[in-house]
Amino acid sequence: MNFPIYLDNNSTTPMDPRVLEAMLPYFNEKFGNAASRNHSFGWSAEEAVDYSREQVARLIGSTSKEIIFTSGATEANNLAIKGVYEMYGSQGNHMITVTTEHKATLDACKKVEKMGGEVTYLSPSEDGLINLTDLEAAITDKTILITVMYGNNEIGVVQDIKGISAIAKKNGILFHTDATQAVGKIPVDVNEDGIDLLSFTAHKMYGPKGVGALYVRRKNPRVKVTSQMDGGGHERGMRSGTLNVPGIVGFGKACEICQNEMADEAIRLSTMRDRLEKELLTIEEAYVNGNAEHRLPHVANISFKFVEGEGLMMGTKDIAVSSGSACTSASLEPSYVLKSLGLDDELAHSSLRFGLGRFTTDEEIDFAINHVKEAVHKLREMSPLWEMFKDGIDLKSIEWAEH
Amino acid sequence: MAYSEKVIDHYQNPRNIGTLDKESKAVGTGLVGAPECGDVMRLQIEVDDATGLIKDAKFKTFGCGSAIASSSLATEWLKGKSIESAMEIDNMEIVEELALPPVKIHCSVLAEDAIKMAINDYRVKQGLEPIVDDKKHY
Repeated sequence: MNFPIYLDNNSTTPMDPRVLEAMLPYFNEKFGNAASRNHSFGWSAEEAVDYSREQVARLIGSTSKEIIFTSGATEANNLAIKGVYEMYGSQGNHMITVTTEHKATLDACKKVEKMGGEVTYLSPSEDGLINLTDLEAAITDKTILITVMYGNNEIGVVQDIKGISAIAKKNGILFHTDATQAVGKIPVDVNEDGIDLLSFTAHKMYGPKGVGALYVRRKNPRVKVTSQMDGGGHERGMRSGTLNVPGIVGFGKACEICQNEMADEAIRLSTMRDRLEKELLTIEEAYVNGNAEHRLPHVANISFKFVEGEGLMMGTKDIAVSSGSACTSASLEPSYVLKSLGLDDELAHSSLRFGLGRFTTDEEIDFAINHVKEAVHKLREMSPLWEMFKDGIDLKSIEWAEH
Repeated sequence: MAYSEKVIDHYQNPRNIGTLDKESKAVGTGLVGAPECGDVMRLQIEVDDATGLIKDAKFKTFGCGSAIASSSLATEWLKGKSIESAMEIDNMEIVEELALPPVKIHCSVLAEDAIKMAINDYRVKQGLEPIVDDKKHY
């Protein structure tokens, strides 16, 4: 085993060697600009992009013409949300999203508000799923977009996408989903799922960083977004800028591999994840955050009460995970996603997120289980809160000197 | 953000973890921070009646590595000190000793607050006035 063990695959994934191999010729040997129409350098780059666009489209069940390459999911979310606001402004100025969305969505929505739009932020129930009745109730005659992420990056909860898209369709509203964590991990099909716009990125599925895409539906209905990057009119005028050919080739290859291996991989990952979770839940006062049934196969988010997340990460330095605690930030605010589920700040501070991936092994999971158990035990021995809990003192009865 | 070697050392080998009898007249207890903020420190001192010196100090901390290290270091410094010189421990000395980055300064502030709270708890038990600290941090 190589240390530290990487269990933060929701943050990014290592590139699959097969992806790297596919990309290499496009850095120097086939370096052409895909927009150059006058010579073979351009033609071979264009051909590579066309092929990759097919691979990418196939993974989400779309046609290649519906794929707009971007620099990643953040740009795709921005293009979808601000682009719809600008394109459909005459039909209404209201959008609906959820408090547990990624910052790229929330901040793009904040920008829409600054531009004069109105946004409703739905709160999920404590398992992370949104209530479809709340969604319907939030719709007004000005609503032009519903944007709800497919699978959550922190807790892995998968929303009822078909249910949401049915409501959007019934009300003649466009539906965008940030599917960054879901595509390549679970089956996503824009037609079966009724999705109009979908954001995703290569580096969460063993492809390179710096390349992603926005799916924009072309039929039933034909959707358009106002470009947020003006220039040479690339990507059907929706996203100008010379295409990142090696990145796109890598993205395509990554999608193809996911398409072929996803079904088996999901079983392997969820088996490992379930084992990890079951073992860690034998620790007293440990809790899973988010709905355990409607969930991505590779994610586990667990709170270990009475130990602080960052301290815990330091004690588990042989594994790379992430924490809902924000002790590193000046605000001292714990994860807004966990807080949206109604978790006490205290429990949010005590959480670890495990993100398993293609290269995670059983041996590594065994190691992680023991490593986390030992660290929790050690930190509880030095936790005044654990001592109080063991003495039967209600922590809520104490007047804390907040700072 | 990488931790300094001294923080790692205190985290891995914390000095003086434990609990003193908080009912004892010779023991002062300081409990600062709040679970919602992700930091709670409990620091205790035991004062020798005859010499007036701090003969033992213990801590327990819920918090990040820097918070644990700050309180561990504080207990080390407190042992053998008089109440007067313990009152003079400044959070910036802890910051310097542990090379804490700016975002972790609050950990040292908490440790200083815990020291002062423990001393005042001891003073009140001894029938003395608590010392009012009007120092402004930052």
